[in-house]
Amino acid sequence: MPNKAKTELTSKKKTESSITSDFVLKVGDGALLYVAGGGAKPASELVLPAKFRLTDDEKIDLLYLMKKTRGTENKIIKLYRQGKIVGGVYTGAGQEATSVGTAYALEKGDYLVPMHRDMGSHIAHGQDLRKIFSQYLGRVTAPTRGKEGNMHMGDFEKNITCMISHLGSNMPVAVGIAYSYILRNEKHTVLTYIGDGGASIGDFHEALNFASVVKAPLVLCIENNQFAYSTPTRQQYNCTQLADRALAYGIPGYVVDGNDVEAVYSVTKALIERAREGEGPALFESISMRMHGHSAHDDAFYVPKSMFEEWARKDPILRYQKKLMEEDILSEEELAKLDQRVETEIEEAAEWALQQPEPPAYEAALGVYADEMPQLWAGYRPNPKLV
Amino acid sequence: MAEKGRGEVVTYIEAITIGLREEMERDERVWLLGEDIGVYGGAFKVTKGFIDKFGEKRVLDTPLSESAIVGVAIGSALNGMIPVAEMQFADFISSGFNQIVNQAAKMHYRYGAPVPMVIRAPTGGGVHGGPFHSQNPEMWFVKTPGLKVVEPSTPYDAYGLIKAAIRDPNPVIYFEHKYLYRRIKEKLPEEEYIVEIGKADVKREGTDITVVTYGSMVHFSLEAADILSKEGVEVEIVDLRTLLPIDKETILKSVRKTGKLCIVHEDTLTAGMGGEIAAIVAEYAFDALDAPIKRVAALDTPVPYAPALEAFFSPDTKKILVALRELAAF
Repeated sequence: MPNKAKTELTSKKKTESSITSDFVLKVGDGALLYVAGGGAKPASELVLPAKFRLTDDEKIDLLYLMKKTRGTENKIIKLYRQGKIVGGVYTGAGQEATSVGTAYALEKGDYLVPMHRDMGSHIAHGQDLRKIFSQYLGRVTAPTRGKEGNMHMGDFEKNITCMISHLGSNMPVAVGIAYSYILRNEKHTVLTYIGDGGASIGDFHEALNFASVVKAPLVLCIENNQFAYSTPTRQQYNCTQLADRALAYGIPGYVVDGNDVEAVYSVTKALIERAREGEGPALFESISMRMHGHSAHDDAFYVPKSMFEEWARKDPILRYQKKLMEEDILSEEELAKLDQRVETEIEEAAEWALQQPEPPAYEAALGVYADEMPQLWAGYRPNPKLV
Repeated sequence: MAEKGRGEVVTYIEAITIGLREEMERDERVWLLGEDIGVYGGAFKVTKGFIDKFGEKRVLDTPLSESAIVGVAIGSALNGMIPVAEMQFADFISSGFNQIVNQAAKMHYRYGAPVPMVIRAPTGGGVHGGPFHSQNPEMWFVKTPGLKVVEPSTPYDAYGLIKAAIRDPNPVIYFEHKYLYRRIKEKLPEEEYIVEIGKADVKREGTDITVVTYGSMVHFSLEAADILSKEGVEVEIVDLRTLLPIDKETILKSVRKTGKLCIVHEDTLTAGMGGEIAAIVAEYAFDALDAPIKRVAALDTPVPYAPALEAFFSPDTKKILVALRELAAF
């Protein structure tokens, strides 16, 4: 019996081949209600108020910070090759305009949540080179007292978080820092970063959605440096620009030339101050190029040589130096002085750090808990906000 | 209905509510976040009415995002606040796993920054929740240095431990057992108190066998002990209350007194708390043992749904009695 019923039912159905016309769903017909992105009206301009525009001194400062960043990382690579720095070394070579230009937009009391190619952010947010070299050398004078290596060097006293290696997972933490400012009615903001690779992780979505819902004072810089380790962007995502994702979260999104330090600063500053005024989070994508391999041991054979050559011509430091000289903001003589200053500071700091002791081995057992034998761990710093 | 408070007979769930409310009144840095905790008052109503009292910023209804909830709590703890995050069910804590074990747990060790936060997680079975609303995921976290893990079994402990967890400068995972929520009542003291994290409690004194247990199994073990008492066997019940750090001293003291040990937990057997406690006793009190150590735990399977299946899966008074009688006869 069941078989018979089934046969009857089947015989009433049209065969596929008898359908010849397409079925068109159109917004306005009733059934199809909306086309994604159609309701969003992204602003085509971004205004940086006059009071935040860069002075000539600040412009020279930006060049100084970028040179200091590159010089520091070059020195770190040298110490690594000499076997004085162990583990891995990951640099932000070629991305200095992004790391420096973004962090330069922060004010005192704002929070920095950096990633591993953001040496420039640490330096622009006031981190001391002595502490940076101590960190890489695993010395007792490092902000992490040797517990952590390389770019995992947050500094609690300077409002810089200590990233973990799981990319993307620092983003919800940044949202939490930002939401605390809402809870306390404080006008501070948070700046954080993600890469073209890290943007594929689930926490990217969770954090941006959460931040948008609670209107967290947060700015996200997506550092698009063309490669996630060896994976090119075409294998990482399939939207035109990563900044397009902003539409999905109902927040502003922009794309900026990541090798133009003034442009990066201006975009960041405009969005930071917007967030400070309670208008919620925003993101922008900074287009640049990772000019080294993923880490110092990676020769980046997978990157076409022509690509390196093309981006070398757009080098953010040489480009900005040329611009400042053409605009008569910087003279030959001042440039020579600046370069000398950078070199001296780096050599002095590295030398100082090399003289510092390693932490005593027993410290490996200490500091797991905040309430555990703090007197034995000299590096223990109780949260001043909690006292 | 008037709010219940100290000095009254309260359920386990009311004790948590009272503790949370008092801590929010005491310290304005304390704030709550989680799914449906505000307007709805939480899936189990632990935070009912809180949004009216403390406002929607301090009692934040969040998107459905466990990883973001935990991550936001961590960021907020770094920035001077004391967040209490609710996982709607302990089962969903796995969606926030990375944030807990890699961000929260390792923060102070790596970076010297305290992370004073609490994650509340309604745990356990016996409520026909099936595989994803019944799990006991505590051991994922007991394995992680940097966390503290507690699970109260009584209203007294529930109140005292939530307050201790909030005042602790470390990330604390507070497992609250759903089966106990409205089944267990007792009168809270008039005076405010805390239950120190890291201290087990002897819930029943005995001379013949030690049972080390926690959570809902404390009550099944007490029931088994009462039955055996009529048969002339006196069982001592040690309620761990805190799973990390483990109170070795109280466990060893009891085993040295009785000479026999049975560990009971609702979590699955393999790599459960029982294995760790058995190792501690074998290492430090081997000479005191008069019988092999026994473990009563759930089957090494997911938690099944149908009542008959769940009953077969889970430890209960009968299964505890079988183990204890074997030990008594040894």
